[in-house]
Amino acid sequence: MKITEQEVHSVAEIARLELTQEEGQKITHALQVILEQTEALKRLEISKVKPTVYVLPLQNVFSEDQLDKCLTQEQALGNAPEVEKGCFKVPRII
Amino acid sequence: MSSLLGLTAHQLQGLLEKKEISSEDLVKEHLTRIAQSEEQIKAFVTVTGQEALQQARTIDEKRSRGEQPGSLAGIPLALTDNLCTQGIKTTASSRMLRDFRPPYNAAVVEKLQEAGAVSVGKCNLDEFGLGASTENSAFFPTHNPYGEQAVPGGACGGAAAAVAAQEVVFALGSDTGGSLRQPASFCGVIGLKPTYGAVSRYGLIACASSLDQVGCFTRDMTDCALVMNVIYGRDAKDSTSVSFPAGDFTKFLVNDVKGLKIGIPREYLQEVNDPRITAYLQQAAAKLEELGAVCEEVSLPHTAEAASCYNLILAAEVSSNLARYDGVQYGLRVQGEDLVSMYKKSRSQGFGEEVKKQIILGTYVLSSGQYEDYYLQALKVRTLIKEDFAQVLSKYDCLLTPATPTAAFDFGAIKDNLSLLTSLNTLTCPANLAGIPALSLPFGTAAQGSPCGLQLLGRAFGEETLLRVGYALEQNTNLTQPSPAVKGEM
Repeated sequence: MKITEQEVHSVAEIARLELTQEEGQKITHALQVILEQTEALKRLEISKVKPTVYVLPLQNVFSEDQLDKCLTQEQALGNAPEVEKGCFKVPRII
Repeated sequence: MSSLLGLTAHQLQGLLEKKEISSEDLVKEHLTRIAQSEEQIKAFVTVTGQEALQQARTIDEKRSRGEQPGSLAGIPLALTDNLCTQGIKTTASSRMLRDFRPPYNAAVVEKLQEAGAVSVGKCNLDEFGLGASTENSAFFPTHNPYGEQAVPGGACGGAAAAVAAQEVVFALGSDTGGSLRQPASFCGVIGLKPTYGAVSRYGLIACASSLDQVGCFTRDMTDCALVMNVIYGRDAKDSTSVSFPAGDFTKFLVNDVKGLKIGIPREYLQEVNDPRITAYLQQAAAKLEELGAVCEEVSLPHTAEAASCYNLILAAEVSSNLARYDGVQYGLRVQGEDLVSMYKKSRSQGFGEEVKKQIILGTYVLSSGQYEDYYLQALKVRTLIKEDFAQVLSKYDCLLTPATPTAAFDFGAIKDNLSLLTSLNTLTCPANLAGIPALSLPFGTAAQGSPCGLQLLGRAFGEETLLRVGYALEQNTNLTQPSPAVKGEM
């Protein structure tokens, strides 16, 4: 199964990326090669194998709710491209 | 006074403690070196000379008052530019973060500061850690100090080159699939990827969170242990970090490998395409046997599938991690007529082609319909790779492999040579998939006189054995010391 250029552009749309025609072609070709290589994985007998998402046998634990040092509002907004009244400002949504 | 360049941290510490040199002089000498060599090497994105000198003076004052200024006090180092530094530009070598000044320090940066180490700047890398040559940096490629036409390796090629070119004494970076070990091998320095969870990732700009680990480049094994002493340990701000039972790592620097069982995975040797690298591996094994270790060939049957498994997991995690760059809270914003067009324009102009490729691949393999065919398969193969290691490492104390299949290649070489990239990843990414520690140790020079390296792989939290074996090789061969082949005095 080969990924098409059209599919690459529609996945890009989901990932909020705009590709030039040249980028679209190059990325499609690269992904075809990478996905082709992964076909080998499907030849392994792994239906009963459990997936590993994380290597450490850690479990989520809850901690006491304690106040700690944190960024000031000014610091948190310090790198924002646009700020208004102490908030991140974005273009019109509706 | 003779040159201090090229000395190790522990040698310099001795001189600093005896007050034969000052931290200020030491930092000045390295800044001069940087000024002379950067035109050729281009290891740094940002040099923080003023801040470094200020910090060095503070260390000198502490020392003159008789205070203990910390275990790495006054030693100049470099940080890869994906480690956050408060108020100092941290770009991840991306246009997206060209002007980003973090409001906080990465946990390892705090720890180094407490130990008195002096950062002289931020080093170039492949954008967001995605690449193997620094050619994907949005700013410029870094050149290998052993040959200008050769890449330094990557992603953390800038930091490896900075250590090799004697611009700093040691450096920190991150390793997602070999980003520390491969450039270490290409630049003739030591590169350590710790056990997953052993070092806090807080303040490391995320690439693939289940694979990323912060580690170091050093000139020798003693420096490696000294840096480990500073950066290891649990951090409440990184929920995946765990406490490490080792204590002082320098106590494992013993010149004794008697009785150790060392496996040599045959599948790794099949990837090597420079016969000198295979010969070095055999020499190292013979030396270890002479010193009383037992070296035997072993098999890791799923090695061939590791690179594909890695490609899918890497892309999936990258696509998720890099979703945060949307032009709202920090990073590049390109105005658009509405919110979505602002997102798209900002991301499309902020990210380079390799990053876009990874995001698209990751989004694709995580999408409904493809998830089970690709991502889930990869997670299952990850289990097999992890089990391969568990089985072999239950019988062997550590594994000895080549670090890279070739020495440093020329610029442009991997662009159209996917099989080279695959075999590079094949030797290094399995350690990330399994979460085990891995050390790349310079060992001899390949054809054209450029360095190459060996890799030691250990049990999770088994850094002790890597230090022992690495130290024994360093003490008993003359191949681990990289020749100071940096061009002339530049």
